[in-house]
Amino acid sequence: MALFDIFKDRDRQPEGTASAAKERLKVIVAHERRQRQQPDYLAAMQRDILQVVRKYIPIDYDDVNIQIEQEGQVSVLELNVTLPNEVIER
Amino acid sequence: MDRFNRFNSGETTLTRIIVVTSGKGGVGKTTTSAALSMGLARAGHKTVVIDFDIGLRNLDIIMDCERRVVFDFVNVIQGDARLNQALIRDKRCELLSILPASQTRDKEALTREGVQAILEELSQDHEYIICDSPAGIEGGAMMAMYFADEAIVVTNPEVSSVRDSDRIIGLLQSKSRRAENNEPPIREHLLVTRYDPERVGRGDMLSIEDVEEILASPLIGVIPESESVLRASNQGIPVILDEDSRAGQAYVDVVARLTGEERPLRFTELERKGILQRMFGG
Repeated sequence: MALFDIFKDRDRQPEGTASAAKERLKVIVAHERRQRQQPDYLAAMQRDILQVVRKYIPIDYDDVNIQIEQEGQVSVLELNVTLPNEVIER
Repeated sequence: MDRFNRFNSGETTLTRIIVVTSGKGGVGKTTTSAALSMGLARAGHKTVVIDFDIGLRNLDIIMDCERRVVFDFVNVIQGDARLNQALIRDKRCELLSILPASQTRDKEALTREGVQAILEELSQDHEYIICDSPAGIEGGAMMAMYFADEAIVVTNPEVSSVRDSDRIIGLLQSKSRRAENNEPPIREHLLVTRYDPERVGRGDMLSIEDVEEILASPLIGVIPESESVLRASNQGIPVILDEDSRAGQAYVDVVARLTGEERPLRFTELERKGILQRMFGG
């Protein structure tokens, strides 16, 4: 087995899979850290908004982005819904 | 000093309560707890290691005292035994004691008041209290971290472990006694285990730098992937006692760093293998 491993190693792409792991981790960890700062009801609210939008436009859970930003004395509820291309073109 | 004032008086005692935690299971929490507690005791510090995994006790078998368990953590909390009756003195090092978890499924038995009373009593005459956390983020894990002064976050260089470690770091910063009382936060130490420089060299394993960058926690050590860990647990010998093993030596370095010494990382670079070794494996 080991004898053939040498040749297998040669065929391997120079870019290993670790860089993919790192990129994916950076994204999910940043996302989860942001969520940690947010109140617990936000995820439920996001689901509710998703259902309402979905009655009219087909979107995924990820397409709804909701967060509460603290700006001085005021809290701002920020809601971003990404719509699929075909809806915009219509 | 009053007997039960560890957490109320604001007085700082010399005792360091260190939780060994990770979120994910199977990354080496118990191996690490056993190794570090043995290492600290052998360095002359009176140390106790507590198994917080109620219902799935395993520290005892890793430390070869599974047949000496008479009373456990829960027995003491419920008042069925005194702390001294439950503590098991290690046969290899008299400065080390083990407080085993119970094997009953009653996880509710770990009350915050009960745990606090035990930690306070242990603080009277121990320099180090190592809390071996169960996996997950349920009651036992939260209880293991709640009273900690420091945390060793055990992480494998692998996506699910790193993600869970980040989650645990978030909990350390928000759900501990220190966080709730606005005291200085739990001091975090990142411990990367099962590290394989060869696979890192091939680009197929996250490097130490990658893990440090993502978790943004200070590194206390790197334990190389090593067959000696399984051999040690097979025999109930904390791997730190295997002086020939690289994992054991790496744990010795971690103990030194915990006690304030500076030591360079070892076993993190690729060793050049001879051509014969490459051809025939090993």
